[in-house]
Amino acid sequence: MIEIDRISKQYEGRNVVDSVSMTVETATITAIVGTSGSGKTTLLRMINRLVEPSSGEVRINGQPTGALQPHELRRRIGYAIQGHGLFPHHTVGRNIGAVPELLGWPGQKIRARVDELLTLFGMEPAQFRDRYPAELSGGQQQRVGVARALASRPDLMLMDEPFGALDPIIRARAQEDLRRIQKTLGSTIMLVTHDMEEAIHLGDKVAVMDAGRLVQYGTPAEIIQRPATDFVAEMVGGVDRPLRLLSLVPVSEIVEDGPAEGAPVQTSTNLRDALSTCLWSGRDALPVVRDGAPVGRVTLGAIRARAEGPE
Amino acid sequence: MTRALVFRAALCALLLALVLRPDWFVPVFAPFAPEGGPVIYARASLLSLSLSHLGLVVLATVAATLVAVTLAILVTRPAGAVFRPLSRTITNIGQTFPPVAVLALAVPALGFGAGPTLVALFLYGLLPIFENAVTGLAALPTATMEAARGIGLTRWQRLWRVELPLALPVILTGIRLSAVIALGTATIGSTVAARTLGEVIIAGLLTNNTAYVLQGGLVVGLFAVLLYDAMVQLETRLARRFGNLTGG
Repeated sequence: MIEIDRISKQYEGRNVVDSVSMTVETATITAIVGTSGSGKTTLLRMINRLVEPSSGEVRINGQPTGALQPHELRRRIGYAIQGHGLFPHHTVGRNIGAVPELLGWPGQKIRARVDELLTLFGMEPAQFRDRYPAELSGGQQQRVGVARALASRPDLMLMDEPFGALDPIIRARAQEDLRRIQKTLGSTIMLVTHDMEEAIHLGDKVAVMDAGRLVQYGTPAEIIQRPATDFVAEMVGGVDRPLRLLSLVPVSEIVEDGPAEGAPVQTSTNLRDALSTCLWSGRDALPVVRDGAPVGRVTLGAIRARAEGPE
Repeated sequence: MTRALVFRAALCALLLALVLRPDWFVPVFAPFAPEGGPVIYARASLLSLSLSHLGLVVLATVAATLVAVTLAILVTRPAGAVFRPLSRTITNIGQTFPPVAVLALAVPALGFGAGPTLVALFLYGLLPIFENAVTGLAALPTATMEAARGIGLTRWQRLWRVELPLALPVILTGIRLSAVIALGTATIGSTVAARTLGEVIIAGLLTNNTAYVLQGGLVVGLFAVLLYDAMVQLETRLARRFGNLTGG
């Protein structure tokens, strides 16, 4: 558990981060979202003390971060940034093994970990281990950057716009990868992004920052349905709100008995995709299957009911 | 590639022959020697002069590298940034002082021989290495430096494992310029009795023997060309391995 306790940062008398408190549960993804200048990156960088807080403290599993030397603290916290920041003069294997090496792991254990992570990220170890970063594509470099941040099984991983430099298709794939790997490893991740879509898609919790203050901290559904301020409402995007809300709900939640024609959808499909299928194929109801076995149907009316705002 | 290799091998062979078997070149240099005068410099072996010449150059370049790179590291730290203009001025003065003047001023202090030559070569070699090292250390990819700090490298580890290796190709360029300049400049050391290949050239000038001048000049020139080439090879190999430094 990560506790951020009334943390502030002043630059030249101006509050860049203003008394932010939040608690992050272990094994979840928290997305910190805001416009540029909202203080979101400063907040993130105060957690591993790349920026020293002016006041307040951060506790990781009860231990204040101020109790450790900054470089020792950072070795326990994974860090991945936009543009990956890999060491161009080290091979992929050495890049991923950088933190375990600093921590003095035996060579055999580092090699095993590097291969494990490369496999997890869908990169054949024998093929990629000894290459240099410049020989990889942008998406591969970014994956190696995230793998490096995860290498020492850190208590927490911080990511600063990790997918910012990727094109939309690679970006979507990288987000899927991150979700899958976070589930597999049970990692705790705090991620900074300016993209509300990404925050809603990746975050178990979303923290919205505006002018140095935390204006709302809640689940994606709460943020969309009950935005705390006009700024949050603007961030979640007026007209897209119902669709964003639907994208959070799987078909299994509103499946009902009854017949339906045509190609079925999976129970795990989200309602936005189900709605899209309804509209595209001109149907009012879709059959729903789980592992190939029919379990009922989902209707356009039921989807519409879930997309309605609170009032 | 292979043609370049053949050319390189031919130059090496020519240099070795000039240094080890100068007698072979009597027919070549004879037309330039004065009537009835000696054609090949024989007062000292060219091999021992070459070794002593190279020794001076290596010593001066190593010393200049150590001092210039240390200085560059200091002024590229946040705490040392204020000293950057000052250190630049000092190394610039080293460069603007003519080597001959340095020799003349150093002789009273250090006496005749290798000492004043070393001082002149050292001062002359500081600037290119310093300038390149500062450029190399100041122009590192920001994302890489940010990540190095963020994953928990200490200041020293960042310097040794990231900054210096990444700046190395640029620093090497400075060392190359410096070494090649020193190789040529060392010849004037013979005016204050340092044992260098300049001895052959100066003997030729004093006795109006163009054959000597050509011999000394050719050996020094070949050394310079081959050294330059070897260091360029090293730099390209390093640069190729690092690939695109900005890591876009």
